[in-house]
Amino acid sequence: MKHTISVLVENHAGVLARVAGLFARRGFNIDSLAVGVTDDENVSRITIVADGSKYTLEQIEKQLNKLIDVIKVKTLSPDSMVSRELILIKVNCTPKQRPEIISICELSHGKISDICANSITIEISDSAQNLNNFEELLRPYGIKEVVRTGTIALQKGEQAVSVKSI
Amino acid sequence: MFILASVRMTVARAMTECLKAEGITDVFGYPGAAICPFYDELYKSDIRHILVRHEVNAGHSASGYARITGKPAVCVATSGPGALNLITAIATAYMDSVPMVIITGQVDSEQIGRDVFQEADITGSAEPFVKHSYLLKKPEDTAEVFKRAFYIAGTGRRGPVLIDVPFDIQQAEIDFEYPETVDIRSYRPSTKGNGYQIKRAINALKEAKKPLICAGGGLFTGNGVDLMREFAEKTDTPVVSTMMGLGAMPSDSPLYYGMIGMHGKKSANIAVNTCDTLFLLGARVGDRAMSAMENRKDFTVVHIDIDPAEIGKNIEANVPIVGDITLVLEQLLEQVDSFEQPLSHTEWRNELDKNRVETEPSPEENGYVNPKWFIQTLDKYLPEHSVIVADVGQNQIWTAANISLKDGRFLTSGGMGTMGYSVPAAIGAKTADPTAEVVAVCGDGSFQMEMNEIATAIQHDINIKIIVIRNRFLGMVREVQEKKYDGHLIAVSLDGSPDFCKIAEAYGVDHMLADSEQSAVEGIQKLLKSEKPFLLEVAVPEHEKTIL
Repeated sequence: MKHTISVLVENHAGVLARVAGLFARRGFNIDSLAVGVTDDENVSRITIVADGSKYTLEQIEKQLNKLIDVIKVKTLSPDSMVSRELILIKVNCTPKQRPEIISICELSHGKISDICANSITIEISDSAQNLNNFEELLRPYGIKEVVRTGTIALQKGEQAVSVKSI
Repeated sequence: MFILASVRMTVARAMTECLKAEGITDVFGYPGAAICPFYDELYKSDIRHILVRHEVNAGHSASGYARITGKPAVCVATSGPGALNLITAIATAYMDSVPMVIITGQVDSEQIGRDVFQEADITGSAEPFVKHSYLLKKPEDTAEVFKRAFYIAGTGRRGPVLIDVPFDIQQAEIDFEYPETVDIRSYRPSTKGNGYQIKRAINALKEAKKPLICAGGGLFTGNGVDLMREFAEKTDTPVVSTMMGLGAMPSDSPLYYGMIGMHGKKSANIAVNTCDTLFLLGARVGDRAMSAMENRKDFTVVHIDIDPAEIGKNIEANVPIVGDITLVLEQLLEQVDSFEQPLSHTEWRNELDKNRVETEPSPEENGYVNPKWFIQTLDKYLPEHSVIVADVGQNQIWTAANISLKDGRFLTSGGMGTMGYSVPAAIGAKTADPTAEVVAVCGDGSFQMEMNEIATAIQHDINIKIIVIRNRFLGMVREVQEKKYDGHLIAVSLDGSPDFCKIAEAYGVDHMLADSEQSAVEGIQKLLKSEKPFLLEVAVPEHEKTIL
């Protein structure tokens, strides 16, 4: 089962290594990991999508909490979170194919970020699942390159996973 | 107090001031170029430096020291190989939740990452085995980092904290003032147990027909030993222990049934397999302890631990209580004291008493001493205020199973099973408590990993006693090879070992060989009477089994 875990950490050098190392040595699988600073420059948020049973998730939360630099750990429920991932995808595209690809892009709420004679680069932010679908739509044209950021997520509603709510 | 109001000094000097402020009087270490500025300040300070003969033993000695004082102990090494040699000791301390602050020198901060002479990424390499670590990059952070390191190491679930200090940082000047308080927003070790869960635990205890307490090492680190004894006695609840919990209950108590696990006592293992309610107190029940109660699902488990991650990790807990063992036991006792009728479990105890088997091995055969008889005999002569440090291998199990520990302490590397632990840990324990009789029990395998430390004991007048149980084999591995590998004995013979008495002789240490009942008794008496380090070599039969 996939779990989206939002982790607030002190914004120090080496914190990401501690978190990543913990997952590796305890045998927890990471699907994706995204890090960035929060509105408080001393605090970063790591969003991890991990795979595992309920027991594994419980251990992940508890072991993360034991890291001294981890301020808060919260597993977001799939029903009450907004989750997004950004993809940049470069596909083969002859001048003739442009209208087709541009229409797929528009249907998927994507944006053309670069275009040249025989290829086109599209950016989309959406859920990981929708991005997978989008990739499949473009695969027949020949994907040259893909980069994805990993999922970031926030809880829906007024509540926040923040340092203040410790 | 040693708190100085903002004085100008080098970081190296500030480091010694931090140690003084934390009440540190002894450090174990091994110098090298990158830690020299700090050593120069140690030279000027009153802090006693004990020079070990291999860095790993600085760690083990600090571990033995900390287990006796209950407070973080300090070990020091230089950069690169010095620091790396400490890792096994750090991991050993981590597995057994021993509070420790490790100080390592590091190459110049400008040079870090360039693979210069004696450079190693010690914070990175030790990361899996530390509670936390710091690479001191800003000189002005020195006081805060030390304050935090001691606080983290010595609170919550205890553990090692490493501080890596680059050479140039040690020489930098700062305005030093040691903080009085510490506040880490992301670290709030939990204290009291949840009231609702306490109530549930008490209900479970009231309903239980066959309750049992399993005492773990956390009782020592959390200072809960006396309260646990009170709880057991007031509720008439039988007690078993893990290896780390040995000594928490006096072994002559009628409520005590011994150590559980793969190498445990029959009476203890039957108790965990037949109880209906199990109170785990500061015990993480590692796999070797768990093997006693595989497949048990039909009982109520009340698990009390300071570390939430231990609850539900190895055994499912019906009543989880996260908290400081002392505070939780006080909460439980408060409830117990208000019982209208005191609990009594006579029937259950009588049932368990049937499984008590007292074995009396014969003392000697053909010029060899029986190791089980030997430990039982040592036990009779030991003063009450003793610390026994067992190494790893058959000697560990023989000692754990046959020592009685009325008011003494039993130290061993329980979680990591690190050979070569006993002599350096004994040196640490004796340094912490010079009034205790401290005896290291090791095998001829483990002794050869640590015999260099005799020099440390002599140099610093640390009066430890060493018992080498010699069977000329790595006995525990040999047993595995005999049982599971068709008797293919490989790499378990210790042929080529020296005469251990001559080794002692070479170090100028009094010694004796025990190879009969009479010489064993005489040896024990001499060993305990000696006011200097003493080595007793005990010749035991080559094929003596671990378990009776």
